[in-house]
Amino acid sequence: MKLPVTMTINGQSYSHEVEPRLLLVHHIRETVGLTGTHVGCDTSQCGACTILMNGQAVKACTLFAVQADGAQITTIEGMAKNGELHPIQQGFWEKHGLQCGFCTPGMIMAAAQMLERYPRPTEEQIRHQLEGNLCRCTGYHNIVKAIQWAAEHMAAGK
Amino acid sequence: MYPAAFEYHAPTSVRDALGLLGSLEDAKILAGGHSLVPMMKLRLAQPKHVIDLRKVPGLTGIKEEGSTIVLGAMATHWDVESSPILKAKAPVVAETAAVIGDPAVRNKGTIGGSLAHADPAADMPATAIALGFELVCEGPKGRRTVKADDWFQGLMSTALGEDELLVEVRVPVWPAGSGACYMKFPHPASRFAVVGVCAAVTLDKNGACTRAGVGVTGAGTKAVRARGVEAGLAGKRLDAAAIEAAAQKAAEGVDVQADLQGSVEYKAHLCRVFARRAIEAAVKRAQG
Ligand SMILES: Cc1cc2nc3c(=O)[nH]c(=O)nc-3n(C[C@H](O)[C@H](O)[C@H](O)COP(=O)(O)OP(=O)(O)OC[C@H]3O[C@@H](n4cnc5c(N)ncnc54)[C@H](O)[C@@H]3O)c2cc1C
Ligand code: FES
Ligand code: FES
Repeated sequence: MKLPVTMTINGQSYSHEVEPRLLLVHHIRETVGLTGTHVGCDTSQCGACTILMNGQAVKACTLFAVQADGAQITTIEGMAKNGELHPIQQGFWEKHGLQCGFCTPGMIMAAAQMLERYPRPTEEQIRHQLEGNLCRCTGYHNIVKAIQWAAEHMAAGK
Repeated sequence: MYPAAFEYHAPTSVRDALGLLGSLEDAKILAGGHSLVPMMKLRLAQPKHVIDLRKVPGLTGIKEEGSTIVLGAMATHWDVESSPILKAKAPVVAETAAVIGDPAVRNKGTIGGSLAHADPAADMPATAIALGFELVCEGPKGRRTVKADDWFQGLMSTALGEDELLVEVRVPVWPAGSGACYMKFPHPASRFAVVGVCAAVTLDKNGACTRAGVGVTGAGTKAVRARGVEAGLAGKRLDAAAIEAAAQKAAEGVDVQADLQGSVEYKAHLCRVFARRAIEAAVKRAQG
Protein backbone atom coordinates (compact mmCIF):
# COMPACT_ATOMS: atom_id res chain seq x y z
CA MET A 1 0.00 0.00 0.00
CA LYS A 2 1.36 3.40 -0.96
CA LEU A 3 1.51 6.15 1.64
CA PRO A 4 1.51 9.92 1.20
CA VAL A 5 4.74 11.70 2.15
CA THR A 6 5.49 15.40 2.17
CA MET A 7 8.94 16.81 2.74
CA THR A 8 10.71 20.08 2.15
CA ILE A 9 13.84 19.69 0.05
CA ASN A 10 16.09 22.72 -0.41
CA GLY A 11 13.21 25.00 0.58
CA GLN A 12 10.64 23.50 -1.77
CA SER A 13 7.79 21.25 -0.62
CA TYR A 14 7.28 17.91 -2.39
CA SER A 15 4.30 15.57 -1.91
CA HIS A 16 4.15 12.07 -3.34
CA GLU A 17 2.65 8.66 -2.70
CA VAL A 18 5.37 6.09 -2.13
CA GLU A 19 5.81 2.45 -1.29
CA PRO A 20 7.04 2.09 2.32
CA ARG A 21 10.11 0.18 1.13
CA LEU A 22 11.30 3.06 -1.06
CA LEU A 23 14.61 4.29 0.32
CA LEU A 24 14.90 8.03 0.89
CA VAL A 25 17.88 8.25 -1.45
CA HIS A 26 15.88 6.70 -4.30
CA HIS A 27 12.99 9.01 -3.54
CA ILE A 28 15.26 12.05 -3.78
CA ARG A 29 17.01 10.85 -6.92
CA GLU A 30 14.20 9.17 -8.81
CA THR A 31 10.88 10.58 -7.63
CA VAL A 32 12.01 14.13 -6.97
CA GLY A 33 14.76 14.06 -9.61
CA LEU A 34 17.65 15.53 -7.62
CA THR A 35 20.55 13.32 -8.65
CA GLY A 36 23.37 15.12 -6.84
CA THR A 37 22.96 12.73 -3.92
CA HIS A 38 24.79 9.52 -4.86
CA VAL A 39 24.55 5.83 -4.03
CA GLY A 40 27.95 4.22 -3.59
CA CYS A 41 27.35 1.04 -1.59
CA ASP A 42 24.80 -1.45 -0.35
CA THR A 43 26.02 -1.51 3.21
CA SER A 44 25.51 2.00 4.66
CA GLN A 45 29.25 2.57 4.80
CA CYS A 46 30.35 4.95 2.03
CA GLY A 47 28.46 8.15 2.84
CA ALA A 48 27.97 9.15 -0.83
CA CYS A 49 24.26 9.51 -0.02
CA THR A 50 24.74 11.91 2.92
CA ILE A 51 22.14 14.68 3.18
CA LEU A 52 20.98 16.96 5.97
CA MET A 53 17.66 15.96 7.51
CA ASN A 54 16.27 18.33 10.13
CA GLY A 55 19.76 19.79 10.38
CA GLN A 56 21.58 16.48 10.90
CA ALA A 57 23.80 14.60 8.45
CA VAL A 58 22.21 11.25 7.66
CA LYS A 59 22.71 8.46 5.14
CA ALA A 60 19.72 8.69 2.84
CA CYS A 61 20.24 5.05 1.78
CA THR A 62 19.57 3.88 5.34
CA LEU A 63 16.21 5.57 5.78
CA PHE A 64 12.86 4.90 4.19
CA ALA A 65 11.20 7.86 2.49
CA VAL A 66 8.23 7.41 4.84
CA GLN A 67 10.53 8.13 7.80
CA ALA A 68 11.21 11.56 6.31
CA ASP A 69 7.54 12.55 6.16
CA GLY A 70 7.41 16.14 7.45
CA ALA A 71 11.20 16.54 7.37
CA GLN A 72 13.32 19.49 6.25
CA ILE A 73 16.00 18.24 3.89
CA THR A 74 19.05 19.86 2.33
CA THR A 75 20.90 18.13 -0.49
CA ILE A 76 24.02 19.21 -2.36
CA GLU A 77 21.79 21.10 -4.80
CA GLY A 78 20.70 23.34 -1.92
CA MET A 79 24.19 24.43 -0.85
CA ALA A 80 24.99 27.16 -3.38
CA LYS A 81 23.00 30.36 -2.87
CA ASN A 82 22.21 32.90 -5.62
CA GLY A 83 24.76 31.35 -7.94
CA GLU A 84 27.52 31.52 -5.32
CA LEU A 85 29.19 28.37 -4.12
CA HIS A 86 28.94 27.54 -0.43
CA PRO A 87 32.35 28.07 1.26
CA ILE A 88 32.70 24.29 1.61
CA GLN A 89 32.14 23.84 -2.12
CA GLN A 90 34.60 26.67 -2.75
CA GLY A 91 37.11 24.95 -0.46
CA PHE A 92 36.92 21.74 -2.53
CA TRP A 93 37.55 23.89 -5.62
CA GLU A 94 40.46 25.84 -4.12
CA LYS A 95 42.21 22.84 -2.57
CA HIS A 96 41.49 20.31 -5.31
CA GLY A 97 39.46 18.18 -2.87
CA LEU A 98 38.11 15.85 -5.54
CA GLN A 99 39.16 13.74 -8.46
CA CYS A 100 36.24 11.75 -9.91
CA GLY A 101 33.82 13.66 -7.67
CA PHE A 102 31.59 10.72 -6.85
CA CYS A 103 32.04 11.02 -3.08
CA THR A 104 32.03 14.83 -3.10
CA PRO A 105 28.34 15.60 -2.48
CA GLY A 106 28.38 13.35 0.58
CA MET A 107 31.70 14.78 1.76
CA ILE A 108 30.33 18.31 1.51
CA MET A 109 27.14 17.49 3.42
CA ALA A 110 29.14 15.68 6.11
CA ALA A 111 31.47 18.68 6.29
CA ALA A 112 28.50 21.03 6.70
CA GLN A 113 27.41 19.09 9.79
CA MET A 114 30.99 18.93 11.08
CA LEU A 115 31.61 22.68 10.82
CA GLU A 116 28.33 23.41 12.52
CA ARG A 117 29.35 21.26 15.51
CA TYR A 118 33.09 22.01 15.44
CA PRO A 119 33.65 25.39 13.71
CA ARG A 120 37.47 25.21 14.07
CA PRO A 121 38.20 21.49 13.82
CA THR A 122 41.69 20.07 14.21
CA GLU A 123 42.97 17.79 11.46
CA GLU A 124 42.34 14.83 13.75
CA GLN A 125 38.75 15.93 14.33
CA ILE A 126 38.19 16.32 10.60
CA ARG A 127 39.45 12.81 9.95
CA HIS A 128 37.37 11.33 12.81
CA GLN A 129 34.26 13.16 11.63
CA LEU A 130 34.77 11.87 8.07
CA GLU A 131 34.86 8.22 9.15
CA GLY A 132 31.52 7.63 7.46
CA ASN A 133 32.60 8.96 4.06
CA LEU A 134 34.78 6.92 1.76
CA CYS A 135 36.79 8.33 -1.14
CA ARG A 136 38.45 5.98 -3.62
CA CYS A 137 40.52 8.66 -5.38
CA THR A 138 42.05 11.43 -3.30
CA GLY A 139 43.61 9.75 -0.30
CA TYR A 140 41.63 12.29 1.78
CA HIS A 141 44.52 14.71 2.07
CA ASN A 142 43.04 17.47 -0.04
CA ILE A 143 39.59 16.85 1.37
CA VAL A 144 40.99 17.69 4.81
CA LYS A 145 42.61 20.82 3.34
CA ALA A 146 39.36 21.82 1.64
CA ILE A 147 37.48 21.60 4.94
CA GLN A 148 40.21 23.57 6.72
CA TRP A 149 39.93 26.23 3.99
CA ALA A 150 36.15 26.33 4.47
CA ALA A 151 36.47 26.56 8.26
CA GLU A 152 38.79 29.56 7.97
CA HIS A 153 36.59 31.35 5.46
CA MET A 154 33.37 30.61 7.31
CA ALA A 155 34.89 31.90 10.56
CA ALA A 156 36.12 35.04 8.79
CA GLY A 157 32.71 35.57 7.18
CA LYS A 158 30.90 35.57 10.51
CA MET B 1 18.73 -2.10 -3.21
CA TYR B 2 15.10 -2.68 -2.57
CA PRO B 3 13.99 -4.35 0.63
CA ALA B 4 11.04 -6.74 0.44
CA ALA B 5 7.64 -5.06 0.63
CA PHE B 6 6.16 -4.37 4.06
CA GLU B 7 3.45 -2.34 5.72
CA TYR B 8 4.55 0.73 7.64
CA HIS B 9 3.03 1.83 10.92
CA ALA B 10 3.87 4.94 12.93
CA PRO B 11 1.97 4.74 16.23
CA THR B 12 1.84 7.78 18.51
CA SER B 13 1.95 6.12 21.93
CA VAL B 14 3.72 3.22 23.65
CA ARG B 15 0.30 1.66 24.16
CA ASP B 16 -0.53 1.75 20.44
CA ALA B 17 2.92 0.46 19.57
CA LEU B 18 2.45 -2.47 21.97
CA GLY B 19 -1.02 -3.09 20.54
CA LEU B 20 0.39 -3.33 17.02
CA LEU B 21 3.29 -5.49 18.18
CA GLY B 22 0.86 -7.87 19.88
CA SER B 23 -1.63 -8.13 17.02
CA LEU B 24 0.41 -8.01 13.81
CA GLU B 25 2.09 -11.11 12.54
CA ASP B 26 5.80 -10.85 11.75
CA ALA B 27 6.28 -7.26 12.91
CA LYS B 28 9.57 -5.49 13.64
CA ILE B 29 10.17 -2.37 15.68
CA LEU B 30 12.05 0.39 13.84
CA ALA B 31 14.05 2.79 16.02
CA GLY B 32 17.02 4.48 14.29
CA GLY B 33 16.96 1.81 11.61
CA HIS B 34 20.74 1.59 11.41
CA SER B 35 20.82 -2.13 12.00
CA LEU B 36 17.37 -3.08 10.75
CA VAL B 37 17.40 -1.16 7.44
CA PRO B 38 20.81 -2.51 6.32
CA MET B 39 19.53 -6.02 7.09
CA MET B 40 16.32 -5.34 5.16
CA LYS B 41 18.30 -3.98 2.20
CA LEU B 42 20.26 -7.21 2.06
CA ARG B 43 16.99 -9.11 2.65
CA LEU B 44 18.48 -10.74 5.71
CA ALA B 45 15.34 -9.39 7.39
CA GLN B 46 11.96 -9.33 5.60
CA PRO B 47 9.35 -8.36 8.17
CA LYS B 48 5.75 -8.04 6.95
CA HIS B 49 5.15 -5.07 9.24
CA VAL B 50 7.45 -2.30 10.43
CA ILE B 51 6.43 -0.33 13.51
CA ASP B 52 8.33 2.97 13.58
CA LEU B 53 8.78 4.50 17.05
CA ARG B 54 9.66 7.98 15.75
CA LYS B 55 6.28 9.49 16.65
CA VAL B 56 6.01 7.89 20.09
CA PRO B 57 6.50 10.65 22.66
CA GLY B 58 8.44 10.16 25.89
CA LEU B 59 11.07 7.77 24.55
CA THR B 60 13.81 10.36 24.09
CA GLY B 61 15.68 12.57 26.52
CA ILE B 62 18.41 12.10 29.12
CA LYS B 63 17.72 13.10 32.71
CA GLU B 64 19.12 12.70 36.20
CA GLU B 65 17.16 10.89 38.92
CA GLY B 66 19.22 10.87 42.11
CA SER B 67 22.27 8.71 41.48
CA THR B 68 20.87 7.32 38.23
CA ILE B 69 20.88 8.80 34.74
CA VAL B 70 17.80 7.81 32.79
CA LEU B 71 18.00 7.63 29.01
CA GLY B 72 14.98 7.20 26.76
CA ALA B 73 15.46 4.18 24.50
CA MET B 74 15.19 6.46 21.45
CA ALA B 75 18.06 8.72 22.58
CA THR B 76 20.42 8.69 19.61
CA HIS B 77 24.11 7.87 19.86
CA TRP B 78 24.70 11.60 19.17
CA ASP B 79 22.34 12.58 22.02
CA VAL B 80 24.38 10.30 24.29
CA GLU B 81 27.75 11.45 22.93
CA SER B 82 26.88 15.13 23.41
CA SER B 83 24.91 14.92 26.67
CA PRO B 84 26.24 17.37 29.30
CA ILE B 85 24.78 15.21 32.10
CA LEU B 86 26.54 12.08 30.89
CA LYS B 87 29.79 13.93 30.21
CA ALA B 88 29.76 15.17 33.82
CA LYS B 89 28.48 12.06 35.63
CA ALA B 90 29.25 9.03 33.47
CA PRO B 91 31.63 10.25 30.75
CA VAL B 92 32.50 6.73 29.60
CA VAL B 93 28.94 6.30 28.31
CA ALA B 94 29.24 9.43 26.15
CA GLU B 95 32.69 8.30 25.01
CA THR B 96 31.44 4.86 24.05
CA ALA B 97 28.65 6.40 21.98
CA ALA B 98 31.19 8.71 20.31
CA VAL B 99 33.10 5.78 18.77
CA ILE B 100 30.07 4.01 17.33
CA GLY B 101 30.21 3.93 13.52
CA ASP B 102 30.41 7.44 12.14
CA PRO B 103 28.61 10.76 12.70
CA ALA B 104 25.71 9.96 10.34
CA VAL B 105 25.18 6.57 11.99
CA ARG B 106 25.24 8.28 15.40
CA ASN B 107 22.65 10.84 14.30
CA LYS B 108 20.09 8.08 13.68
CA GLY B 109 21.08 4.99 15.69
CA THR B 110 19.71 4.77 19.22
CA ILE B 111 20.94 3.37 22.52
CA GLY B 112 17.79 1.26 22.80
CA GLY B 113 18.25 -0.12 19.29
CA SER B 114 21.85 -0.96 19.96
CA LEU B 115 21.06 -2.85 23.17
CA ALA B 116 17.96 -4.53 21.70
CA HIS B 117 19.80 -5.60 18.56
CA ALA B 118 22.76 -6.95 20.59
CA ASP B 119 25.17 -7.19 17.68
CA PRO B 120 28.15 -9.23 18.94
CA ALA B 121 30.48 -6.41 17.80
CA ALA B 122 28.44 -3.51 19.22
CA ASP B 123 30.19 -1.11 21.60
CA MET B 124 27.60 -0.10 24.20
CA PRO B 125 27.05 -3.63 25.56
CA ALA B 126 30.56 -3.67 27.08
CA THR B 127 29.90 -0.40 28.88
CA ALA B 128 26.39 -1.52 29.90
CA ILE B 129 27.90 -4.55 31.65
CA ALA B 130 30.88 -2.74 33.18
CA LEU B 131 28.83 0.06 34.76
CA GLY B 132 25.75 -2.12 35.47
CA PHE B 133 23.02 -0.53 33.32
CA GLU B 134 19.43 -1.49 33.96
CA LEU B 135 17.06 -1.91 31.02
CA VAL B 136 13.39 -1.13 31.42
CA CYS B 137 11.00 -3.07 29.19
CA GLU B 138 7.31 -2.37 28.76
CA GLY B 139 4.83 -5.01 27.65
CA PRO B 140 1.11 -5.73 27.89
CA LYS B 141 1.53 -6.59 31.58
CA GLY B 142 3.43 -3.40 32.44
CA ARG B 143 7.07 -2.60 33.08
CA ARG B 144 9.95 -4.72 34.31
CA THR B 145 13.62 -4.04 34.81
CA VAL B 146 16.43 -6.29 33.60
CA LYS B 147 20.07 -6.02 34.66
CA ALA B 148 22.66 -5.78 31.89
CA ASP B 149 24.18 -9.06 33.15
CA ASP B 150 20.91 -10.86 32.38
CA TRP B 151 20.17 -8.96 29.15
CA PHE B 152 22.59 -10.43 26.63
CA GLN B 153 21.66 -14.07 26.12
CA GLY B 154 23.34 -15.13 22.92
CA LEU B 155 24.06 -14.08 19.36
CA MET B 156 21.70 -11.13 18.80
CA SER B 157 19.36 -12.43 21.44
CA THR B 158 18.33 -10.64 24.62
CA ALA B 159 15.93 -10.90 27.53
CA LEU B 160 13.45 -8.64 25.68
CA GLY B 161 10.09 -10.39 25.22
CA GLU B 162 8.52 -10.58 21.76
CA ASP B 163 5.60 -8.49 22.96
CA GLU B 164 7.78 -5.90 24.73
CA LEU B 165 9.47 -2.60 23.95
CA LEU B 166 12.68 -1.44 25.51
CA VAL B 167 11.66 1.99 26.81
CA GLU B 168 14.40 3.17 29.16
CA VAL B 169 18.06 2.64 29.93
CA ARG B 170 19.18 3.42 33.49
CA VAL B 171 22.84 4.25 34.07
CA PRO B 172 24.10 4.15 37.68
CA VAL B 173 26.50 6.94 38.61
CA TRP B 174 29.58 5.48 40.28
CA PRO B 175 30.81 7.22 43.48
CA ALA B 176 33.67 9.72 43.82
CA GLY B 177 37.03 8.02 43.43
CA SER B 178 35.82 6.08 40.38
CA GLY B 179 37.06 6.11 36.81
CA ALA B 180 36.12 4.25 33.66
CA CYS B 181 37.28 3.87 30.09
CA TYR B 182 36.11 2.07 26.93
CA MET B 183 38.71 1.04 24.38
CA LYS B 184 38.22 -0.85 21.16
CA PHE B 185 40.09 -2.21 18.21
CA PRO B 186 37.81 -0.93 15.46
CA HIS B 187 37.10 -2.83 12.28
CA PRO B 188 38.82 -0.70 9.64
CA ALA B 189 35.74 -0.38 7.41
CA SER B 190 32.65 -0.59 9.60
CA ARG B 191 34.19 0.77 12.86
CA PHE B 192 32.42 -2.01 14.79
CA ALA B 193 34.48 -3.48 17.63
CA VAL B 194 36.70 -6.39 16.63
CA VAL B 195 37.29 -6.38 20.37
CA GLY B 196 36.13 -3.72 22.86
CA VAL B 197 36.64 -3.55 26.61
CA CYS B 198 35.07 -1.22 29.14
CA ALA B 199 36.69 -1.08 32.58
CA ALA B 200 35.40 0.81 35.61
CA VAL B 201 37.10 0.96 39.01
CA THR B 202 36.57 2.63 42.37
CA LEU B 203 39.65 3.29 44.51
CA ASP B 204 39.73 4.03 48.25
CA LYS B 205 41.94 6.62 49.96
CA ASN B 206 44.89 4.26 49.95
CA GLY B 207 44.53 3.54 46.25
CA ALA B 208 43.09 0.05 46.76
CA CYS B 209 40.36 -1.09 44.40
CA THR B 210 37.04 -1.44 46.21
CA ARG B 211 34.95 -2.18 43.13
CA ALA B 212 35.63 -3.14 39.54
CA GLY B 213 33.39 -3.71 36.51
CA VAL B 214 34.77 -5.05 33.25
CA GLY B 215 32.73 -5.81 30.11
CA VAL B 216 34.10 -7.40 26.93
CA THR B 217 32.46 -7.16 23.49
CA GLY B 218 33.34 -8.16 19.94
CA ALA B 219 35.32 -11.32 20.53
CA GLY B 220 32.48 -13.76 21.19
CA THR B 221 28.81 -14.20 20.29
CA LYS B 222 27.69 -11.78 22.99
CA ALA B 223 29.11 -9.24 25.40
CA VAL B 224 30.10 -10.68 28.78
CA ARG B 225 31.38 -9.64 32.19
CA ALA B 226 35.05 -10.50 32.69
CA ARG B 227 34.68 -11.91 36.19
CA GLY B 228 38.24 -13.18 36.36
CA VAL B 229 39.60 -9.70 35.65
CA GLU B 230 37.30 -8.13 38.22
CA ALA B 231 38.41 -10.65 40.86
CA GLY B 232 42.03 -9.90 39.98
CA LEU B 233 41.49 -6.17 40.59
CA ALA B 234 39.37 -6.34 43.75
CA GLY B 235 41.15 -5.29 46.93
CA LYS B 236 44.49 -4.62 45.18
CA ARG B 237 46.53 -1.49 44.76
CA LEU B 238 46.42 -1.18 41.00
CA ASP B 239 50.02 -0.80 39.92
CA ALA B 240 51.21 -1.92 36.49
CA ALA B 241 51.93 -5.49 37.64
CA ALA B 242 48.52 -5.95 39.28
CA ILE B 243 46.74 -4.60 36.19
CA GLU B 244 48.76 -6.80 33.85
CA ALA B 245 48.04 -9.89 35.96
CA ALA B 246 44.30 -9.18 36.12
CA ALA B 247 44.07 -8.40 32.40
CA GLN B 248 45.45 -11.87 31.59
CA LYS B 249 42.02 -13.28 32.46
CA ALA B 250 40.14 -11.07 29.98
CA ALA B 251 39.27 -13.83 27.49
CA GLU B 252 38.14 -16.32 30.15
CA GLY B 253 34.43 -16.89 29.84
CA VAL B 254 34.32 -15.34 26.34
CA ASP B 255 33.27 -17.79 23.60
CA VAL B 256 35.88 -16.28 21.27
CA GLN B 257 34.96 -16.74 17.59
CA ALA B 258 37.42 -16.95 14.73
CA ASP B 259 36.37 -14.95 11.66
CA LEU B 260 37.81 -12.83 8.85
CA GLN B 261 39.21 -10.41 11.43
CA GLY B 262 41.31 -12.98 13.19
CA SER B 263 41.88 -16.35 14.81
CA VAL B 264 40.73 -17.32 18.29
CA GLU B 265 44.27 -16.81 19.63
CA TYR B 266 44.55 -13.36 18.08
CA LYS B 267 41.21 -12.15 19.38
CA ALA B 268 41.86 -13.57 22.86
CA HIS B 269 45.13 -11.66 22.79
CA LEU B 270 43.29 -8.47 21.83
CA CYS B 271 40.95 -8.99 24.79
CA ARG B 272 43.93 -9.06 27.16
CA VAL B 273 45.67 -6.07 25.57
CA PHE B 274 42.55 -3.90 25.46
CA ALA B 275 41.59 -4.92 29.00
CA ARG B 276 45.00 -3.76 30.22
CA ARG B 277 44.76 -0.46 28.36
CA ALA B 278 41.18 0.22 29.51
CA ILE B 279 42.01 -0.58 33.15
CA GLU B 280 45.14 1.60 33.09
CA ALA B 281 43.11 4.53 31.77
CA ALA B 282 40.27 3.90 34.25
CA VAL B 283 42.73 3.86 37.17
CA LYS B 284 44.33 7.10 36.02
CA ARG B 285 40.93 8.75 35.91
CA ALA B 286 39.94 7.37 39.32
CA GLN B 287 43.14 8.88 40.73
CA GLY B 288 41.89 12.25 39.41
C1 LIG C 1 27.78 1.83 8.76
C2 LIG C 1 27.40 1.41 10.14
C3 LIG C 1 28.39 1.32 11.11
C4 LIG C 1 28.06 0.95 12.41
N1 LIG C 1 29.07 0.87 13.33
C5 LIG C 1 28.77 0.52 14.60
C6 LIG C 1 29.80 0.46 15.58
O1 LIG C 1 30.96 0.75 15.32
N2 LIG C 1 29.45 0.08 16.84
C7 LIG C 1 28.15 -0.22 17.17
O2 LIG C 1 27.90 -0.53 18.32
N3 LIG C 1 27.17 -0.15 16.27
C8 LIG C 1 27.43 0.21 14.99
N4 LIG C 1 26.43 0.28 14.07
C9 LIG C 1 25.05 -0.09 14.47
C10 LIG C 1 24.33 1.11 15.04
O3 LIG C 1 24.85 1.43 16.30
C11 LIG C 1 22.82 0.90 15.18
O4 LIG C 1 22.30 2.17 15.40
C12 LIG C 1 22.35 0.04 16.32
O5 LIG C 1 22.94 -1.24 16.28
C13 LIG C 1 20.85 -0.19 16.26
O6 LIG C 1 20.14 0.94 16.72
P1 LIG C 1 18.95 1.52 15.88
O7 LIG C 1 18.28 2.53 16.72
O8 LIG C 1 19.45 1.96 14.58
O9 LIG C 1 17.99 0.24 15.78
P2 LIG C 1 17.14 -0.38 14.58
O10 LIG C 1 17.99 -0.72 13.43
O11 LIG C 1 15.94 0.46 14.34
O12 LIG C 1 16.65 -1.73 15.30
C14 LIG C 1 17.56 -2.79 15.56
C15 LIG C 1 16.81 -3.96 16.20
O13 LIG C 1 16.40 -3.65 17.53
C16 LIG C 1 14.99 -3.65 17.67
N5 LIG C 1 14.65 -2.46 18.45
C17 LIG C 1 15.12 -1.21 18.29
N6 LIG C 1 14.67 -0.38 19.24
C18 LIG C 1 13.88 -1.12 20.04
C19 LIG C 1 13.12 -0.82 21.22
N7 LIG C 1 13.12 0.39 21.76
N8 LIG C 1 12.42 -1.82 21.79
C20 LIG C 1 12.42 -3.07 21.24
N9 LIG C 1 13.13 -3.42 20.14
C21 LIG C 1 13.85 -2.46 19.55
C22 LIG C 1 14.45 -3.63 16.24
O14 LIG C 1 13.22 -4.28 16.13
C23 LIG C 1 15.52 -4.33 15.46
O15 LIG C 1 15.35 -5.71 15.53
C24 LIG C 1 26.72 0.66 12.76
C25 LIG C 1 25.70 0.77 11.80
C26 LIG C 1 26.04 1.15 10.50
C27 LIG C 1 24.95 1.27 9.49
S1 FES D 1 25.10 4.74 -0.44
FE1 FES D 1 24.54 5.36 1.54
S2 FES D 1 26.28 4.88 2.69
FE2 FES D 1 26.82 4.13 0.73
S1 FES E 1 36.93 11.87 -5.62
FE1 FES E 1 36.57 9.95 -6.48
S2 FES E 1 35.67 8.87 -4.81
FE2 FES E 1 36.30 10.70 -3.90
